Amino acid sequence: MPENLLRTTSNKESISLEFSGELTLYNLHQAQESIAKTELSNFKKITVDLKNASYLDTAFALFLTDLEEEYNATIESENQNFYHTLALTKEHKKKLDKNYKIKKENIFAYFGKAFYASYLSFISFMEFLGKVFFSFLLYFKNVKNIRLKEIAFEINESALRALGIVALTSFLIGLVTAYQAAYQLQRYGGNIFIVDMMGISIFRELAPLITAIVIAGRSGSAYTAQIGAMKITQEIDAMRTMGFDPYTFLVLPRIIALVIMLPILIFVADIMAMLGGIIVADLSLDLPPALFIERLQEVVAMKHFYVGLIKGPFFAFLIASIGIYRGLIVKDDTQSIGYNTTKSVVESLFAVIVCDAVFSIAFTNLGI
Amino acid sequence: MELIRVKNVKTVFGDKVVHDGLTLHVKEGEIYGLLGPSGCGKTTLLREMVMLQEFHSGSVEILGQKIENISEKEAQELRRKWGVLFQFGALFSSLTLAENIALALREYATLSEKMIQEIVAFKLDLVGLKPSDAFLYPSQISGGMRKKAGIARALAMDPKLLFLDEPTSGLDPISAREFDELILQLRSMLGLTMVIVTHDLHSIYNTLDRMAIIDNKKIAYEGSLEEVTSVKNDFIQTFFRDAIPIPTKETTFKQ
Repeated sequence: MPENLLRTTSNKESISLEFSGELTLYNLHQAQESIAKTELSNFKKITVDLKNASYLDTAFALFLTDLEEEYNATIESENQNFYHTLALTKEHKKKLDKNYKIKKENIFAYFGKAFYASYLSFISFMEFLGKVFFSFLLYFKNVKNIRLKEIAFEINESALRALGIVALTSFLIGLVTAYQAAYQLQRYGGNIFIVDMMGISIFRELAPLITAIVIAGRSGSAYTAQIGAMKITQEIDAMRTMGFDPYTFLVLPRIIALVIMLPILIFVADIMAMLGGIIVADLSLDLPPALFIERLQEVVAMKHFYVGLIKGPFFAFLIASIGIYRGLIVKDDTQSIGYNTTKSVVESLFAVIVCDAVFSIAFTNLGI
Repeated sequence: MELIRVKNVKTVFGDKVVHDGLTLHVKEGEIYGLLGPSGCGKTTLLREMVMLQEFHSGSVEILGQKIENISEKEAQELRRKWGVLFQFGALFSSLTLAENIALALREYATLSEKMIQEIVAFKLDLVGLKPSDAFLYPSQISGGMRKKAGIARALAMDPKLLFLDEPTSGLDPISAREFDELILQLRSMLGLTMVIVTHDLHSIYNTLDRMAIIDNKKIAYEGSLEEVTSVKNDFIQTFFRDAIPIPTKETTFKQ
């Protein structure tokens, strides 16, 4: 059938395009090619003959109406259905031309919009923090308001259940840092300095950061996903209409739970990382545990330990508030949960590291 | 008496005007419908009435309270006087049905555990759920049951006013008609006033006393079913054209 899809008969001024068989989008390309060869613009009178065609689909009809418009061709057919299809495509083509123009955007408009969008999201995060602060004030105005049950539930859910993974991660980090340092120290015969090095680096920096990273990945993302899912199922709307403030029920218990628990987790991380250090010192530096601990008390001041713990509540506030905020702005589609969960982890890790840097500068200038 | 007075409400999202001066009144004891083509802002208006969303200008008065300048304390009191059924029930997924219904009771009233259980069982029975369903979680029950449980929760505090967002959408025709029946029963038993957002023609004919049709940012019609077809409006003509003669409950059950 494709071979005799189109037959052209022409004399000087006029041409007749006779289509036959089924005219569908499958052979549209073929028809276009063979028509391109005939150079229609040379002819004054063009007729499209559909007498032998058995079927016409809308794609092909669109092409024929294009011919009609461009070259002033006349379409001849006795089939009523063909006329109907052609009329339909013509009618909709008029609307198409008006409405479907893709707007082009230049690079300035693009960056301007992107900048404005991030400005708006910053403002909305500030609004969220303001609301959190305000509901904190209301919360503590009346002891009855404090939701001990929810706080206890969140403490178990987002901190106690993370105890194992925090302990294991920090133990391994202690092991690895000590092992890396051991070789270098041994070469200079400074075996005993492993204690100084481990004490300061673990207590001040590594334990708080590792704990914050694990909690951000585990509990911060869980906050976003939980609250985002509640948003999609309209549970948060339902709470509001029943007069339960989502901030008292969902937001504050999570923030309070994490602020309480992160220093405790950091304490656990301190112990576990030190344990890793002690094992390495004993095995590859021949430094008995008793000596390690004695030296630790001698050379590492308590302030290093407190500096690490002090960071805990700040990191916790950042992780919890970013996680919850991202959950609350989840929109009404399922993609939004995934997007915001990823965002919440990335943003809270970034915030934690920035906060850590600020602490470093502050403590150094204060001489702590 | 008019329980809800909406006057000249204007809603704007960004630069898109959704409502351009809506005015409507809901009388006590009525089942009042909010109708209109998709995207006309029916649900938005409902959300504005229950203070989930703010409107640009105008005034909404509910149970004698103007909600555009209401204090937080008054708002809390007002919230206990109404119930809302969301489109998909919006039951708290971490709680069982019984806990969902009991939540407001526990928060707002000092009741003994035995009393709470009794109230929960009564509300479950009222909406046609079995006592054994009480200990199921929302994920374990069907969509129709979820909506019934949603109504039971909305009725927990014995409100005067009930807002229902598309109560019959997503239900099979038989459950949908049963739901219409439930709505009528609840009205006659408890003397409720209800505001319903709906698309369902059968529900419209079975349950509504009066309605407002929102089209093209305005109220195209407010009034009873009898006169609606005489209104010259494209949406109304198309929507109600096929629905004559009026299908009644008997004919739909026979099918």
